[in-house]
Amino acid sequence: MEILIFLSSGLFLGWSLGANDAANVFGTAVGTRMVKFNTAALVCSVFIVLGATISGAGAAHTLGRLGAVNALAGSFTVALAAALTTFWMTRLGLPVSTSQSIVGAIIGWNFYASAVTDTASLTKIVTTWVACPLISAFIAVILFTLVRWVLRVAKPHLLELDAFTRLGLLVVGAFGSYSLGANNIANVMGVFVPDSPFSDLDFFGLFTVSGVQQLFFLGALAIGVGVFTYSERVMGTVGGGLARISPVPALIIVLAQSITLFLFASEGLEHFLASNGLPTFPLVPVSSSQAVIGAVVGLSLFKGGHIRYRVLGEISLGWITTPLLAGVVAFLLLFVMDNVFDQQVNRVQEFAIDPAVSVELELLDIDDPGLDSFRNQVFTNPAYLRMELFRNTGLAEPQVDRVMDLARLGHWQISPQVMAQELDKHWINGEQLAALRLLEGRSFEHFWQMEKALREASPAWKSRPGTTRNKPWNKELSSKLSYLERIFRLDEKDD
Amino acid sequence: MPLFRKSKVLAKQIDDFLDTVAEGALVFRAGVHAYLDQDEEGFAQTIAQIDKLESRADKLSREVESYLYRRSLIPEHRGDVLGLLENTDNIIDRIKTSLHQFSVEQPEIPAQFEKGFGKLASASCEAAEALVAAARAFFRDAEAVKDHLYKVHHFEKEADQVSDSLKRNIFASDLDLAHKIHLRYFALNVELVSDRAEEVADRLAIYAIKRNI
Repeated sequence: MEILIFLSSGLFLGWSLGANDAANVFGTAVGTRMVKFNTAALVCSVFIVLGATISGAGAAHTLGRLGAVNALAGSFTVALAAALTTFWMTRLGLPVSTSQSIVGAIIGWNFYASAVTDTASLTKIVTTWVACPLISAFIAVILFTLVRWVLRVAKPHLLELDAFTRLGLLVVGAFGSYSLGANNIANVMGVFVPDSPFSDLDFFGLFTVSGVQQLFFLGALAIGVGVFTYSERVMGTVGGGLARISPVPALIIVLAQSITLFLFASEGLEHFLASNGLPTFPLVPVSSSQAVIGAVVGLSLFKGGHIRYRVLGEISLGWITTPLLAGVVAFLLLFVMDNVFDQQVNRVQEFAIDPAVSVELELLDIDDPGLDSFRNQVFTNPAYLRMELFRNTGLAEPQVDRVMDLARLGHWQISPQVMAQELDKHWINGEQLAALRLLEGRSFEHFWQMEKALREASPAWKSRPGTTRNKPWNKELSSKLSYLERIFRLDEKDD
Repeated sequence: MPLFRKSKVLAKQIDDFLDTVAEGALVFRAGVHAYLDQDEEGFAQTIAQIDKLESRADKLSREVESYLYRRSLIPEHRGDVLGLLENTDNIIDRIKTSLHQFSVEQPEIPAQFEKGFGKLASASCEAAEALVAAARAFFRDAEAVKDHLYKVHHFEKEADQVSDSLKRNIFASDLDLAHKIHLRYFALNVELVSDRAEEVADRLAIYAIKRNI
């Protein structure tokens, strides 16, 4: 029963995501009256559900961004804060990045739980505000010039052009919705996967719908309901409130947005180019909300059209406010949750530079006389420990982070029971499984010890040199290791 | 794909409509010339033809208009296209009225004015034809619209000049005043076709600019 209450904030987050992000894929189509709102909402919802259930399940092993929050009540609160922020922005009719509201809310949790905030995630947010709209605007202008030339040469009939544009808007919108569902469902529902109340359903032996897929389907339905019930306002801003858009530019804008996401955020494309010896595009943090606004503004400026700068100002302010507001709301809600409802919003994470860690540090050649005062003590406040390490040692930032990583304490056991029941044997490959079997029954106090044991047991657990070609392998390995860390951890399960 | 099929059908209907108007303009010229040549049979044929063409144009424009509205096609240019169709339809309406007036009132045109009426009918017909070409261009190549519009203006101006000199000559003649006024009324009647064409041309110039944006 408890899980259903916790799940509700995930569903609320899904709903507000649908209400806000649908405008990125269908805003211009609806704003130019090329596609009716009901048609757009139907296509959008169906493809979000398909994307989330079919492709999103691939992300089931990762907890999504909220995975950083280590207690269910904490995830509930963080999701609620992100959802409230996105909802508020949607009420104002402003397209914002739901991912940024989630990251903002997590930073709020980090402050509350004294966890360490990854500074890279902050830089990432700011880069997205600037780089993403610029790239997208540039692509939109190039596309527009190209399309204008093609139309001059091909001279299609006004009605044929209308039919083609309409179809284009629907197709690009459908693809956009599919990837919206696939990319965001993990953020909405991922954190609830380990506690999923659903069991696998077998349809007459024809196909099975896994519990995760059912959970994702539920989340996707929430997104779909958000699209239907509340997305019209943001669509109005994107599709006409900011600048007057004609149908062909409307199509160019959504195309430019998709191309921006594909070229500058697709690891698949990067791997494909790298493995064929071609130059790759630099991966930059992008967001569909920022991309679509960039394309609208870029194209309007290029065509000499009128932009409502007041609306643009409100949107930009909305971008900056979103993560900040989400962080503050999360912090306040966590306080209430913790003190009023007496829910555990974070688990205490212990750190200790014990003899095993000292040996490993020596092997890694990380040595500093200042470290001695930390040895054989247990710390429970990671932010404090990190600060103290900086203050009392001469170690550089990556070294401090390594020390923190090694010092993290816990209790992991490769138990036969988890091996038999919980471990996803379709995902962990044969060689990797063999290595796990070899270590069956062993316990570890630090997760790095388990990683090391696995590496020693089989090269299938070793990461490869950090080239672009090896990126997918290393990413997959790291998500498998996080998965093992989660399922074999004993101390958290006992709670 | 039904979306594209219907668009093709609709595009063809618009083309048919414009063909009908262009044919109406040719029939107008032929009708006026038949009247001037006192070819009663030929004139009666043009009356029958213009009746058919006018009702066909009406039917086509109604069908196109209602389909555009029902399916909410070309949202940005729907109003313009409807305006264009309705006003172009006015040209063929004007042609019909004009020919029917010849048939009803049977004006007596003295030989010295026949050439003037013939030239006036030709200029009006050419203005209407150029307008149809401009309207066709609007749907495919908006930039080419202005190339046709200048012809519309050229022929309308020519019709103005011919009409003006015709009316001056009529009133300078020895005819009785009632006859003079009757002939002036018919000069105006023929000239109105080119005036209607120019009215549509003025609107079309703006529609074309909107399409290019």
